[in-house]
Amino acid sequence: METVNSARRDFLLHVGGAAGAAWIAAQWPAILVAAQHAHAAASANPAPAFEVLTPEQAIEVEAISSLIIPTDELPGAREAGVVYFIDRALKTFAEDAKPVYDQGLAGLNRMAGEMFPGVARFSAATPAQQEKLFAQLEEESQSGQRLNRRTRTSDGMNFAETIWFHTLAGFLVDPEGGGNRDYAGWKVIGRDPAHSFSPPFGFYDKDYPGWQPAAPETETK
Amino acid sequence: MTQAKLTFRPSDEVDFVIIGSGAAGGVLAKELSTNGFRVVVLEQGPYLTESDFTHDEIEIFTKHRLTNDPKRQPTTFRQTEQEKATLQPSVMYGRCVGGSSVHFTANFWRFHEIDFIERSKAGEIPGTGFTDWPITYADLEPYYTKVEWEVGVSGLAGASPFDPPRSKPYPMPPLPVKSSGVLFERAARKLGYHPFPAPMAILSQPRAGRSACVNCGFCLGFGCEVGAKSSSLASVIPMAERTGRCEIRPNCYVHRIETDKKGRATGALYFDAQRVTHLQKAKAVIVCANGAETPRLLLLSATNAFPNGLANSSGLVGRYLMPNSSAIAYGVFDEPLNDYKGYAVSRVFHDFYELDAKKLGFYGGGGLDARFDFTPVGFAMNGLPPGTPRRGKEFKKALQQNFTRTMEIFCHATSLPVATNSFSLDPDVKDAWGLPALRMTFKDHPNDMRMMAWMADRAMEILDAAGAKTKWRNPITEQRFAVHLLGTCRMGNDAKSSVINPDHRTHDVPNLFLCDGSSLVTSGRGQPTMTIQALAYRAADRITALAKRGDLAGQANHAS
Repeated sequence: METVNSARRDFLLHVGGAAGAAWIAAQWPAILVAAQHAHAAASANPAPAFEVLTPEQAIEVEAISSLIIPTDELPGAREAGVVYFIDRALKTFAEDAKPVYDQGLAGLNRMAGEMFPGVARFSAATPAQQEKLFAQLEEESQSGQRLNRRTRTSDGMNFAETIWFHTLAGFLVDPEGGGNRDYAGWKVIGRDPAHSFSPPFGFYDKDYPGWQPAAPETETK
Repeated sequence: MTQAKLTFRPSDEVDFVIIGSGAAGGVLAKELSTNGFRVVVLEQGPYLTESDFTHDEIEIFTKHRLTNDPKRQPTTFRQTEQEKATLQPSVMYGRCVGGSSVHFTANFWRFHEIDFIERSKAGEIPGTGFTDWPITYADLEPYYTKVEWEVGVSGLAGASPFDPPRSKPYPMPPLPVKSSGVLFERAARKLGYHPFPAPMAILSQPRAGRSACVNCGFCLGFGCEVGAKSSSLASVIPMAERTGRCEIRPNCYVHRIETDKKGRATGALYFDAQRVTHLQKAKAVIVCANGAETPRLLLLSATNAFPNGLANSSGLVGRYLMPNSSAIAYGVFDEPLNDYKGYAVSRVFHDFYELDAKKLGFYGGGGLDARFDFTPVGFAMNGLPPGTPRRGKEFKKALQQNFTRTMEIFCHATSLPVATNSFSLDPDVKDAWGLPALRMTFKDHPNDMRMMAWMADRAMEILDAAGAKTKWRNPITEQRFAVHLLGTCRMGNDAKSSVINPDHRTHDVPNLFLCDGSSLVTSGRGQPTMTIQALAYRAADRITALAKRGDLAGQANHAS
């Protein structure tokens, strides 16, 4: 995969740029491990098959995550493979959120029909309708209305918050964590996927002359 | 993951069993094994190494790979002793070999002279158990220097006019400045303050077979993949193991310190990974389990002779919890700072270290630092200005604009010691091993609330002077969650008003020693680990001297 290869190449270049051969000799084993680690994890993209979500649920999850982080000239939740991240999450770290998704997705589809007659499911609603639906879902979740119906499970997990968090995580986690496919999320926020950096880091430190004690005339205390 | 290599059998009576392998436990293990003693370190968490560490936020934060898991070890919280505590995560600490030093920010300020003599200087403060330490800055200075050179601290001696005296410069220059540091430095100078390169327990140069920092950007919260962060795991524990006399035994959850009829400690009782109980016998026991788990273990070790908990004749085990006060302000700038690159903090100032209580109407002091310690997911959840839409185009645009252009000013400050702020055993809730859960009782002293608000105002002024186009601050709220776990088995000369003496020996049990955040008498200004490690080096000297003169079991002073 080009992105990963170039990230790794950049990473090794950065290392070379930092301090030269002696430094590399001293650091090489640790750095190699880190680079291989990232490479292997990012190469193992999830297969396009769902293990927990039904195909119908996956369509709704993707629609909700795309509402949260839409696609425009830059990639959104869809391009980052957030739905695959969430599918994997529901059998790993978020296993206990499975009932929240089952109830929440069914509830949201019902809500779509109630609020917009003729709309059978969330994903079939227009973008403006989807926004209204999710806003309503959030409001009900916060106020605790219709408890246990579609916004919260009996142990208090909140579907709107849960899928919001999972979407952000799937969009922005290091690809080692199974989301952020092809660093789509990091492209949006401007995080360079390299594994190491050298100064200058940003605009304000690039002309920094080095630390000096405050000149006496600037002392006001 | 490193598996346990059993050097000693639990039935072997080693010289020392140390409970906890963090900032203090690691140093004591290294020092005592180097001094010729046989040492077993029991660590409740796993033995992870550099190759186990990742940048995976999910792995680290939702699975609690490096820290205590609130599901298996639940905690409860209440504000006052009159309330019934309710279930909620109330503490976080490192639960792996190296303890919290594996995931910490690595801010490594020394305490100043004032931190040891605040009570004498400030007088009594109502509602507190404010008191001086039985040792001074001068007593600790050689050990601070030892930490800097042996554990590995980068910094610039003499750069802060408020620094206490030091016997040696730092062993390494400061880490490279970040854009947040430059903005902070210029603005702070404009306002007349004295910013300086932050002293950090992160290597700026390769040292002792360890890498220099590669500025990967996954620092706070994460284990360092190249060993540049000066955790106990990267620094002193390998030295301890190389002596051949120290065994680090992971996945061992100590739940009781055993005592004999004479009231002496005989060893530590622990669950291994299979939940089989063992007794590691030792001539002396040193508890370095952190300011929450150390008092909890003493309370769990009650006997007929010690009905209120081991070494608790004073009734102060668990009391005087000080989590440090803090406040955070955020600024967004026109150009990219790219502060996600590198470690967290590059500039600090200490102009507010000793504030004028008469003028301001509250007691205390602290330091401010410039930082960016958000991970990408964490930033999306918590890093945008209040009122930013949480979804849709505007949300995405804010992420796109702000991630590279945001910085924080973090204010770190004193907490006053209040007797009712404490850790104790919850009467109802049990952990996954069936042991009483940790209960935290805490309400900030009103003085500290005023100080935090004042600090946050100053941080906002600095962001203004720095030219932030958007700025905001977190609301000042009462703390319900503690990371700095300080003061809960305080040091003192008087057995009635403290738990350990200046040798870190408990007043009640001569061969039981405590050394970690619980030993602190006052809170310092928010960066405790440096002082915890200096105390640990000093404690190792004191304990070695006791052992060499045959006084480990207290024959000289505690004949029974």
